[in-house]
Amino acid sequence: MSIRFFSLACLLPLASFTLAFLALPLTRLVLGAASGDDGWGVYWQILQTPRYISALLQTIWISATVTVAALAISTTAALFLQRNRFPGRSLLLSVLTLPLAFPGVVVGFMIILLAGRQGLVNQLTPGHTVFAYSSFGLFLGYLYFSIPRVLLTVMAAAEKIDPALEEAARTLGAPAWRVTWDVLLPALRPALIAAGAIAFATAMGAFGTAFTLATDIDVLPMVIYTEFTLSANFAMASALSVVLGLVTWGLLLTARSLSGGTIAAGG
Amino acid sequence: MTLTLSKVAKTFPDGTRALNPTSLEIAEGEILSLLGPSGCGKTTLLRIIAGLESADAGGTLSFNGEDVTRLPVERRKIGMVFQNYALFPNMSVRGNIGYGLKMAGLPRAAIAARVAEVVALCRLEPYADRAITALSGGQRQRVALARAVAPRPRVLLLDEPLSALDAALRTDLRDELAELLRAVGTTAVFVTHDQDEAMAIADRVAVMSMGNMLQIGAPEALYRRPADAFVARFVGNAMPLGGRIEGDRLLIDGAVLPLAQPAHGTTAWVRGEDIALDDAGPLPATVDAVTFLGTHYRIKLTTTGPAPLFSLHHGHSAPRPGDTVRLSIPPHAILTLPAAA
Amino acid sequence: MRIAKALQLTLTLLACAFLLVPTIQSVLAGVTANYFRGLSSGLTLKWVAEVWSLYSGSIFLSIGLALACLVVTTLIGVPAAYALARRPGRGSRVIEEFVSLPLAIPGLALALALLQLYGSLQGFRAHWSFILVGHVLYTLPFMLRAVLAVLAAIDLRSLEESAATLGAGPWRRFIDVVVPNALPGVLAGGLTVVTLSIGEFNLTWMLHTPFLKTLPVGLADSYASMRLEIASAYTLVFFVMIVPLLMAMQWASSRAQRMFR
Ligand SMILES: Nc1ncnc2c1ncn2[C@@H]1O[C@H](COP(=O)(O)OP(=O)(O)OP(=O)(O)O)[C@@H](O)[C@H]1O
Ligand SMILES: [Mg+2]
Repeated sequence: MSIRFFSLACLLPLASFTLAFLALPLTRLVLGAASGDDGWGVYWQILQTPRYISALLQTIWISATVTVAALAISTTAALFLQRNRFPGRSLLLSVLTLPLAFPGVVVGFMIILLAGRQGLVNQLTPGHTVFAYSSFGLFLGYLYFSIPRVLLTVMAAAEKIDPALEEAARTLGAPAWRVTWDVLLPALRPALIAAGAIAFATAMGAFGTAFTLATDIDVLPMVIYTEFTLSANFAMASALSVVLGLVTWGLLLTARSLSGGTIAAGG
Repeated sequence: MTLTLSKVAKTFPDGTRALNPTSLEIAEGEILSLLGPSGCGKTTLLRIIAGLESADAGGTLSFNGEDVTRLPVERRKIGMVFQNYALFPNMSVRGNIGYGLKMAGLPRAAIAARVAEVVALCRLEPYADRAITALSGGQRQRVALARAVAPRPRVLLLDEPLSALDAALRTDLRDELAELLRAVGTTAVFVTHDQDEAMAIADRVAVMSMGNMLQIGAPEALYRRPADAFVARFVGNAMPLGGRIEGDRLLIDGAVLPLAQPAHGTTAWVRGEDIALDDAGPLPATVDAVTFLGTHYRIKLTTTGPAPLFSLHHGHSAPRPGDTVRLSIPPHAILTLPAAA
Repeated sequence: MRIAKALQLTLTLLACAFLLVPTIQSVLAGVTANYFRGLSSGLTLKWVAEVWSLYSGSIFLSIGLALACLVVTTLIGVPAAYALARRPGRGSRVIEEFVSLPLAIPGLALALALLQLYGSLQGFRAHWSFILVGHVLYTLPFMLRAVLAVLAAIDLRSLEESAATLGAGPWRRFIDVVVPNALPGVLAGGLTVVTLSIGEFNLTWMLHTPFLKTLPVGLADSYASMRLEIASAYTLVFFVMIVPLLMAMQWASSRAQRMFR
């Protein structure tokens, strides 16, 4: 058996699985979107329906704000943990990466425990303080699962920065904040773009959190879900999925061409 | 085993012509060294012999008369020592050495016996059960050699086996390797770009340049009778003297140096150890720089020739930079080589 | 300088608190007799026991699915990573990119795609392998990339060539040289696969049937319809499963990276 043949044989399982369960279903999804009464006009219909447009805009808006917040918080924490060694440091690090494997539903539950009707904030503060089910609650939920993802990416990148760069800037007389601004952040730029893209893409597709919080704002994944299960409007659900998928994927591609690395979302 | 190459050439898919058609015969038990500068095609030729690279159509390769041109590498029964050793990190020293025997389908007991034999031959007993990562560079080199010879290959191929070691260890292992290869007795092809290594280890040396095999011969023959300027330069660092040869005399700007025999129309070359500082010598020169190297001085001299000459001067004192000296070169030490180089 | 450091520490601690406090709340609520009366009502394992009786099926289903997912992603991912690592180039990049698509496309969209194509095949639709397909789709890129990263870091080519000169054909080289040396990547990838599979919700929620509820599906169920203590106790059970896996996963990934620096 030649090595060429063997290599091809090694790719065969992947090829058949991907063809059957990724390529064909996605094709079907795209075609299915056009199988409704309006055909390809379904996309035109999305543009004309305020509910869909506002859901899309809201999803993008909340994902963008979460991305910015997570980048700010996680970069600060990552740099702090990266350059200071103190007892309890690894504990803090573990805590900050803990939610990495939490599914969206669990994150939603965490927010309910924090800010729901029976939540901590409501118990500790006078009066009725419940914001778990508002857009702020959703924001907190998305932030909850974004922090660890961004943190890990930024820390990995920060570890690889040559300390001599910073020391060189110091010997040239730059104050600490200038070093951060002129040396550190530029060196971290690709990682920040990558981490931001991961956070944004994850937030765009997040379903479990919104589902658990049964929030009163419409995010696109929830709209798709209701179209599919309650209205049985398969064509519209498919079309919206295609839009969501394209927006997210396009964003990841753009981010990668900006940062030059590999980026993958998850969760 | 006799190894015969006939018109073997290699053109890579990107169009690089790494090896021009080369024919060559390596006798049973002979150790041949491929010597040449970086990029001249040594590794390519070795990999073609191994079967890791296929020769261009038209070339044939045979082992003891059996055509192996189309035989895949795993069936050629060759042994190869790679430049970076490529030892399997997932196996112990013993596991590495026994791997080829296992592939040959030998029974366990036979494998164990042969491994023990090779381990002893290569003096690896203290390390036999270590992990590869727990070995020094020199030890790894010996494991790589042991692994290659264990299955009694028809031909042993070594690609710069000493280049990953530091200079001191290199010289030690060079003699050890020469001894081991003779003890094993297998036909071997040995790639290097270090002339000392080639001379110390090989029976015959093949000098290569830009995909061509320029000259093949015993080390001493190459040194004494290089076929062209490239070989002379590469083996023993010959330097051009310039001037003009008429009959059996070399004329340099009025100076006349006698030659051993008439060599009209050729160019004259000389090696550093043959240039003597001699007040009665015919050739005037200016001292440019003097470097003390322990056993000798290396003196940079300017003459009217095309390039500075370096003389290896044995003695207890040396002239100073700026001094004017006279040089003599014995007639037999002047190499007369074809003009085109 | 001082102040800056203090601010950084404060922000870090706040972030930690934000992530940790609800986790602790849920752990406590899961073992408190009555959440509304607080810890003074006493500690109990009653709720955990109830969760076990209600949801042990889901838990075992999730474990089973995760293991099946591990097997399938290993069988598909390791040979594929090898083939891609052997000929790095544009084609390999495109394949890797395409296989990684499920990381960029929201799980909901993937689930819809699967449902539309295979939803009418009743035998398949109602079988656990349907959920497995979703999990493999989502976790395969992690396995593929983990193994690829390790294979790219070792000198695969010369290891294989040296095995070939010793008489090993393609299959033996794969088994004797490639797989053993890729193991750190397989381990890191495998732990990631199991961790993600156990926690997968977005796809599973759409693909599951009333008779096939995985752990996270059960969680969603309990959040919607059970009292807070049971929901918390169930979350506690989930934490007990996922946190060690997460830690092992991080350990294995950093080990794989360290080994080949
Ligand atoms: N796979 C390849 N594709 C294209 N060109 C190649 C390939 N391998 C080698 N070459 C080219 O072929 C020529 C000969 O290469 P080879 O490796 O045989 O040189 P070498 O004599 O072993 O050099 P060194 O001493 O540096 O190892 C070089 O110009 C090299 O760039
Ligand atoms: Mg070479």
